[in-house]
Amino acid sequence: MRFILNGSRVSLDVSSSRRLLDVLREDLRLTGTKEGCGEGECGACSVLIDGEVVNSCLVAAGQVDGCSVVTVEGLALPDGKLSPLQQAFIERGAAQCGICTPGMLLAAHALLEQNPRPSEDEVRVGLAGNLCRCTGYTKIIDAVLACRT
Amino acid sequence: MPDVAYLQPRDVADAVRLCRETPDARPLAGGTDLMVMLHAGTVRPRALVNLWSLRELKGIRRADGGVEIGAGEPYSGIIASPLVGEHCPALVAASRTIGAAQIQNRGTLGGNLANASPAGDTLPVLLAADAVVVTDRRTIPVAEFFIGYRKTALGTGEIIVAVRLPAGARGVRFRKVGTRAAQAISKVVLAVNRDPARIALGSVAEVPLRARGAEAALARGDVEGAVAALASDIRPIDDVRSTADYRRAVAQNVLEDLLDASPRR
Repeated sequence: MRFILNGSRVSLDVSSSRRLLDVLREDLRLTGTKEGCGEGECGACSVLIDGEVVNSCLVAAGQVDGCSVVTVEGLALPDGKLSPLQQAFIERGAAQCGICTPGMLLAAHALLEQNPRPSEDEVRVGLAGNLCRCTGYTKIIDAVLACRT
Repeated sequence: MPDVAYLQPRDVADAVRLCRETPDARPLAGGTDLMVMLHAGTVRPRALVNLWSLRELKGIRRADGGVEIGAGEPYSGIIASPLVGEHCPALVAASRTIGAAQIQNRGTLGGNLANASPAGDTLPVLLAADAVVVTDRRTIPVAEFFIGYRKTALGTGEIIVAVRLPAGARGVRFRKVGTRAAQAISKVVLAVNRDPARIALGSVAEVPLRARGAEAALARGDVEGAVAALASDIRPIDDVRSTADYRRAVAQNVLEDLLDASPRR
């Protein structure tokens, strides 16, 4: 299978029925994508496929053949600096234990791409598929709102 | 998870052939149910037949005064569709209650039907709308589609291609009761239509079902009778999400509310 991963071409010989999550973490060693529940409830394994946020635990690896996949490792700017969204998460205290953070960043990134000026309600809906057990969400929502353009 | 073969059909006809010729093959669409069951080992197919990339299964178009939705069209496409918004706003409302963005970007009507969960959120809407399931070989009214717990009328290798909503789907109203707004599996789902009289529910029996006694009362214009009859049309159970008593009481309250029959308390 071939796909674009964080902007680079990848060609892999793996069983296509495996979960994209496992191929990312185990074969490609991109461990920024986390496994939480493994059943599509928590959003910790969120990645972007062709710009849309999905749970990588629910995607068969073969289903991304020919697609573009972005993980948290691909969010930083080309010069290696953190993206404004990542920077805002740090500055606003939007990360505590960190398990939900990669998924939150990707869901927020997808939201801001589709809707550069979301309301607070729209941010809450956009992040409703990502569970956080530390922050109470307030700081996360503040960080996303700070990145409106 | 033992190795499962992964087959990529060129089109629907090829998918049907692969499903027929491969022992124990399961069609895979957005994976929101099937990938969970595969990983947990509760289903053990020998092969997956990937439908997600088939263009024939995507898209939303006008059909016979109503609308036809490709079986592989994700909920996000249904939510964004002005055509579905016009012809069946209840289906848009139901789609919005399913998971959140991640699930709405992958979950499909075809998958919701084939998985046949009694808690499938779109299924009462499809029942109340008199929707028709279009497969590779025939059409099946949704009212005849669910034949037992997670059992459907689909034959071997039969693939759902689209769902047709007739013109009357516009009047359907929908309500889901869950523990929270997002990411909740429903305790009770209810969809009603006034004309023709349709009352359909999820999470209150082993299948998504139409409440025939309540419908008969509603057809006579007897709203109070419909609410009363509902109690014996459904057969809810106690489980991890709720209790039978709660579900029966809430189903009646929600029906009363959707029919706008309750005195304002």
